[in-house]
Amino acid sequence: MSQILAVLFDGFAYGMLLFLLSVGLSVTLGLMNFINLAHGAFAMIGGYVTFALVSLAGWPFLATLPFAFLITAIIAAGFEVLLFRRIYQSGELNQVLFTIGFVFSMSAVAAYLFGTVNQSVKMPEFLTGFIELAGVKLPSYRIFLAAIALVVTIIVVAGLEYTRFGAMVRASVDNQKVARGLGLNVSKIFALTFAIGSGLAGLGGALSIEILSLDPSFGFHILVLVLIVVAVGGLGSVWGSFVAAACLGIFDVMGKYLFPELGSFLIYLFMVVLLFYKPLGLFGKR
Amino acid sequence: MNALETRNLNKAFGSLVVADDISIQLPKGARHALIGPNGAGKTTLINLMTGALTPDSGSVLLGDQDITGLESNERVKRGLGRTFQINTLFPELTPLESTTMAICERMGVAQNWLSPLANQTEAIDEAFGLLTQIGLADDCTKPTVDLAYGQQRLLEIALALATKPKVLLLDEPAAGIPKSESAALFEAIADLPKDISVLFIEHDMNLVFTFASSITVLVQGKVLVEGTPDEIAHDPLVREVYLGGADHG
Amino acid sequence: MQPIDPQKWLRNKARISPYEIAFWIAALIIPYAFFPNYLALASQIAATAIFCIALDLIIGYAGIISLGHAAFFGLGAYAAGILSQKGWGEPISGALFGAIFAGFCGWIVSFMIVRVQHLALLMITLGLGFLLVELANTLDWLTGGSDGLLGIDTWNLFGVFKFTFWGYTAYGYTLGAAFLVFLLCRRLVNSPFGLALETIRENPQRTTALGVPNRARLQKVFTISAAIAGLAGAILAQTTETVSLDSLGFQRSADIAVMLILGGTGRLYGAILGSIIFLVARDQLSGMNPQYWYFWIGLLLMIVVLFMPRGILGGLEKIKSKLSTKPNQKVDGA
Repeated sequence: MSQILAVLFDGFAYGMLLFLLSVGLSVTLGLMNFINLAHGAFAMIGGYVTFALVSLAGWPFLATLPFAFLITAIIAAGFEVLLFRRIYQSGELNQVLFTIGFVFSMSAVAAYLFGTVNQSVKMPEFLTGFIELAGVKLPSYRIFLAAIALVVTIIVVAGLEYTRFGAMVRASVDNQKVARGLGLNVSKIFALTFAIGSGLAGLGGALSIEILSLDPSFGFHILVLVLIVVAVGGLGSVWGSFVAAACLGIFDVMGKYLFPELGSFLIYLFMVVLLFYKPLGLFGKR
Repeated sequence: MNALETRNLNKAFGSLVVADDISIQLPKGARHALIGPNGAGKTTLINLMTGALTPDSGSVLLGDQDITGLESNERVKRGLGRTFQINTLFPELTPLESTTMAICERMGVAQNWLSPLANQTEAIDEAFGLLTQIGLADDCTKPTVDLAYGQQRLLEIALALATKPKVLLLDEPAAGIPKSESAALFEAIADLPKDISVLFIEHDMNLVFTFASSITVLVQGKVLVEGTPDEIAHDPLVREVYLGGADHG
Repeated sequence: MQPIDPQKWLRNKARISPYEIAFWIAALIIPYAFFPNYLALASQIAATAIFCIALDLIIGYAGIISLGHAAFFGLGAYAAGILSQKGWGEPISGALFGAIFAGFCGWIVSFMIVRVQHLALLMITLGLGFLLVELANTLDWLTGGSDGLLGIDTWNLFGVFKFTFWGYTAYGYTLGAAFLVFLLCRRLVNSPFGLALETIRENPQRTTALGVPNRARLQKVFTISAAIAGLAGAILAQTTETVSLDSLGFQRSADIAVMLILGGTGRLYGAILGSIIFLVARDQLSGMNPQYWYFWIGLLLMIVVLFMPRGILGGLEKIKSKLSTKPNQKVDGA
């Protein structure tokens, strides 16, 4: 029983990581209908920022996390203004291929700078052991992960619900034409949202070094998981992403624990069937 | 028997009622105008008739046939054609290709994937004839996107005619074209064979009163009043809620 | 202005141009005469071109975007490969078997595909691709799992020509298949059905209002496209005598889409040109610098999308029509 609980928690923590990696994409996709397969590349950038600061500059792991967010956000904003902005009006296929091209190039740059090997970082002592909670032994890093994700969720939801900027984002997601008509600068709102969302992916990337492996193909590896979360959760819905990510994490870990031979088969099957019956995802509005 | 009839159509989006118990009869050969202020639910009614929207309750009859449960494309096959308020054409294709496609579909040869399009001589000639009739023959080999706006409006009608409709629903056929040309467009509509029944939405009251044989006034998803142009022009209710407030100078 | 003869105009539009004849003759002669050491690459290009044409049918003509079309390529490859492994190595019937099997699977999937759009469509095609990789990996007693399918033995073509290491037979076989597929697809896109597909791509709402049953049309082209993709996979399996899991995978789906967009969608030759450029460049560049090949491909992709949204062939056509208006008049005139 306690083993099942431990697996469940493992899955939940993993799901929270997926949530961090994908929430930004959900909001930007809902906002601009821009199919951005490059989101994973920003997560990779965040991962390498942390790796570089810890392993090359000798910073402590925790101190690098804000920078994984910040630097990724700045880089993303730069690319948004420079590149992505130009293809919002293009067809879906062009958006898909443009952003895939971006991931290709970014992963080659990462390979050039950091090599193709798997990277890991030194963790602080208190994140490496186990903590016993009510008779269940849980890895402390996963507890840390779940805690950070919950804090971020609260900040994101509160930011969207209670700030002026959040209200503008929500208005733009709901109806872009009306938002423009009200005098909102939708492209500026979008650029900022894009930067913040990518920054969160960067943070997620940094946090996933310990759980997934960080190598130049990271952007592709997590892409599918991120897209599943966004599509299943529904575009533009933070809660949808949260629920979808938590379920995906738990199903994935449980599935691999209970039916190891089926691998991720069940996840894909579940997604395909769900999207067939609910093309807008669980909580999508349009 | 009416060419087209709706019986107690209802449709709501959430709490917004867009069609409220609408019953309309369109006799054979009618030139029927659908008028009403913006947001009255005129386009919605056309969408309900063509099957682009599904009514919450009520039924649509084409001739003596209940078509409420049919898919849009099936209704077209049974003779219900339409045009759109905003040009919805095939930008990259030419009028000749667009019209030929519509005729091939009607003739049931559009499934054919092993013989060249150019062999469908009957369909091509008919398409060209139709484009000549509507005045697009000279430009029928240009991509639609390169045509003038007025020409695209004409192509809208040509495409609808290519389906050989018994009933034709025209959603603001003259929208966006200069006044001087819109009369000519309505002449073309009036000249359509008498066995085609036409229902059209139009804001220009002069055109409505010139070309319509009967009129329905729709307000907030409800039929306010129905009648001949004469009756409508002198109806106090209409004057109050519609003509009085409308700016048609 | 001369009066327009509509029949002639439509016939001219579908006419075979001298360039096309020259291209196919060159495709036959150049590899044999000048690059006999590259025949294996040439066969790979021809098989990939078949696959890319299949993708062009659904993306370029019908407007269905698929991120998992390699699924059908791989299904065809495994079907033909397993058939051969179990003792029937006759190439032509084996390739047709692969095509029919993939086409059948495509037909089943098409019921789902034509009912969704946008992100859901992308995710379902992507998901089906991943699902199939997992399935093939799990069924390792049948597919060889991650070791790949081994023990394929392709018999002589027409009972005469042996498939050797040098690839003389392989190239002839693959190019012949590519040519036949091309002719078939050329006929398809110039048929009433092909025109109907283009109208659906341009404006599905409008075709419905013209009486077109969109879903049935799209299902048909999806099935045909899946069968052709399966044929390409089967031929590649027969000529290389191996099938691996990545023949089903996302990487291959992405690569093929890259080739199509590079060459230009909706013109068949774009698919062929894209395959040639992509595979030749990969062969040349990966020789010097395997790690960074994708940097250049990524960069090229972004440049093409930004500056040549109709691909290389579309860009060339635009330049050509700007330079001279005469060829256009020839098409327009009677």
